[in-house]
Amino acid sequence: MLARLRQRHGAVRGPAAPGPDARGLMPALFSLLWLLALLPAPARAELLAIHYLERRVERPTPLNNEDPIPDDEGLKGAELGLKDSNATGRFVALGFALHSRIVEPDEDIRAAFLSLGAPRFVVLNAPAEDVLAVSDLPEARNTVFLNVGAPDTRLREADCRPRLLHVLPSRAMLADALVQFLTYKRWTRILLLSGPAPADALYAEALKRSAKKFGARVVAEQRFDPQGGDTRDTALREFVLPTRGPEHDVVAVADEAGAFGANLPYNTAAARPVVGTQGLSPAAWGRPVEAWAAVQLQGRFRRLAGRAMRPVDYAGWMAVHALGEAAVQARSTDPAAVAALVLLPGFEVGGFKGRPLSFRAWDGQLRQPVFLLWPGAVTATAPIEGFQHQRTELDTLGSDEPESACRAFRKTG
Amino acid sequence: MRRAATARLAVLLCLALGLSAGSASAEEIFVSNERDNTVSVIDGTTLEVIRTFPVGRRPRGLTFSRDGRTLYVCASDSDAVQVIDPDTGAVRHNLPSGEDPEQFALAPDDRTLFIANEENATTTVVDAQTRKVLAQIDVGIEPEGMAVSPDGKVAVTTSETTNMVHWIDVPTLTATDATLVGQRPRAAAFSADGRVLWATSEIGGTVAVIDTATRKVIETIEFAVKGIAADRLQPVGVTLTRDGRFAFVALGPSDRVAVIDAKTYKVLNYILVGRRVWQLAMTPDESRLFTTNGVSGDVTVIDVATQRPVRSVKVGRFPWGVAVRPAPSAAASAGGAP
Repeated sequence: MLARLRQRHGAVRGPAAPGPDARGLMPALFSLLWLLALLPAPARAELLAIHYLERRVERPTPLNNEDPIPDDEGLKGAELGLKDSNATGRFVALGFALHSRIVEPDEDIRAAFLSLGAPRFVVLNAPAEDVLAVSDLPEARNTVFLNVGAPDTRLREADCRPRLLHVLPSRAMLADALVQFLTYKRWTRILLLSGPAPADALYAEALKRSAKKFGARVVAEQRFDPQGGDTRDTALREFVLPTRGPEHDVVAVADEAGAFGANLPYNTAAARPVVGTQGLSPAAWGRPVEAWAAVQLQGRFRRLAGRAMRPVDYAGWMAVHALGEAAVQARSTDPAAVAALVLLPGFEVGGFKGRPLSFRAWDGQLRQPVFLLWPGAVTATAPIEGFQHQRTELDTLGSDEPESACRAFRKTG
Repeated sequence: MRRAATARLAVLLCLALGLSAGSASAEEIFVSNERDNTVSVIDGTTLEVIRTFPVGRRPRGLTFSRDGRTLYVCASDSDAVQVIDPDTGAVRHNLPSGEDPEQFALAPDDRTLFIANEENATTTVVDAQTRKVLAQIDVGIEPEGMAVSPDGKVAVTTSETTNMVHWIDVPTLTATDATLVGQRPRAAAFSADGRVLWATSEIGGTVAVIDTATRKVIETIEFAVKGIAADRLQPVGVTLTRDGRFAFVALGPSDRVAVIDAKTYKVLNYILVGRRVWQLAMTPDESRLFTTNGVSGDVTVIDVATQRPVRSVKVGRFPWGVAVRPAPSAAASAGGAP
């Protein structure tokens, strides 16, 4: 089947949003007026339109068939964010609408963006190249983008863009969180095992940078390519050789697609913990997270989506929640007022992580705690105690202001 | 075997209470242990835990009837408010509470309970005598803090994700207005004269003082402690003295209780307590303040006159709510978790 641009215009929307169908305008208008007359008094909510634009990515089947990557990852989070925002907005006569659009793997995401009209807020769940392609369009000069799918550090550094906010933590933040933990434990000798994908190389690179930053050491770096093979049956023997190396405290794995990493713990040559994309993993969100009332958000998400909330879902929720919160604080759905507040360095928003979250003024990254998770528990939460910063300890994760290579951010914002 | 022992202990305790009923400060401090599903009782004189009894799952808010003879406990994961005999710990019955009751407030009529249902964005109003639900009122997401005005005409609930104080008209049991406050409002308390409402915002790091007539924020109090990052100063529980002089605010993971001049709104002092301080309650004579410290699993006893911690009392895991009841004979009003 030929992939086509899938439109789900107005799939979910706030109260009293008019339907997009232009046919049969008069009857529609009458029924709308009738509907409005029936609605209770404070329903005259001004709607703020939020767009959700996703590039569908073909992913390899995960190792464990019981743990599929959901098709609606990210979107369900944004939908919950909309629900929450409307629940809040109704007390101050503000409403929000979410228009989602999903672009198939071989479609042009720029055309999809242009077909949205002139959207002011776009939650973007797409790889880095798409993020840049869309945000560089001249037609996007008044659009605030919220990146929920691309962890690429370069989007926060040399390739940053004005009005491009990053809700998902960068790979640099994830790696910093992990290495802070390792440094705290004095497990500073790292044997690095990276997979064949370009993303794996970026993850490995982030780990090396963090090791340097916090005084840990990569003692050896090995590559492992399962070459499409199924490591489930061979793991007992297969991983001994690639995890053999100089004295080390942990084996760090960079396997973002999950091609082999899940079988690595307990199959290493030496009795060492596995950390990284599998084993003890740094993540913005995950199943074991429950402190700071996170259990409430987890419960609401599970009821909506019928599955557990993943980091990209959390980012989707957070993106819409941040816009909703800005509108409520500004008491307005005027896009200019909401955009101005979201981009203001003093803007703070709650996110079930025990601290106020805010966007960094120098690169648009949401500063936030990062959890160190294994499937059974939150092992620790970074920033780890002892890592201090003059502004907020949260700025010990990811690129800090003095070292930031981002120049473009906010020049025109 | 164990039950028999408990019963015997209860009899002994009843005797002991009967004997000590005449003494001046025989109040008891009740603490809900969220992770242990128990309530610990601290003797107000010896400052020791004198008994611990099991309650429903995940107990959080707790409060007393005015005569101190009935204890109400929010058993959040049992979806019930339990009505308990505080002398024996025996559950008399459960009240319908709506889903996931977290905190509540007992109206001055001593029978109407306003219960915040954290899971489903409602406030449930229950008549504790007829055990009937009077109303379920839609409020913002994750309602938490509850308070009823001293004249009993207005109730408020704070919603943690919506970040508002919702005002409920008690005669009609309808939500009439909402006031936007800082991020994640946790608790609310009316001044004794009912003219202002204090609302704490955990993540915003502020306390809003709201004029109850206009429902506008008239003052936003901020906190600063040298050597502690600003985002660790997280206001949770709040309690006010009846004379209108002081407010005490628990500051969560900063392990401090702030003392605030309730007239000028200036922060006067920070008292070091146990780890992650949640809620507060004062003795009826307002001479001592008790704080629940969730992470260290203890209660700090503060001498109000000197504003110093005098004792730390080990209780169960994750102590959450605290309520003080006077000696059973002295039927003064019982302090409750806000």
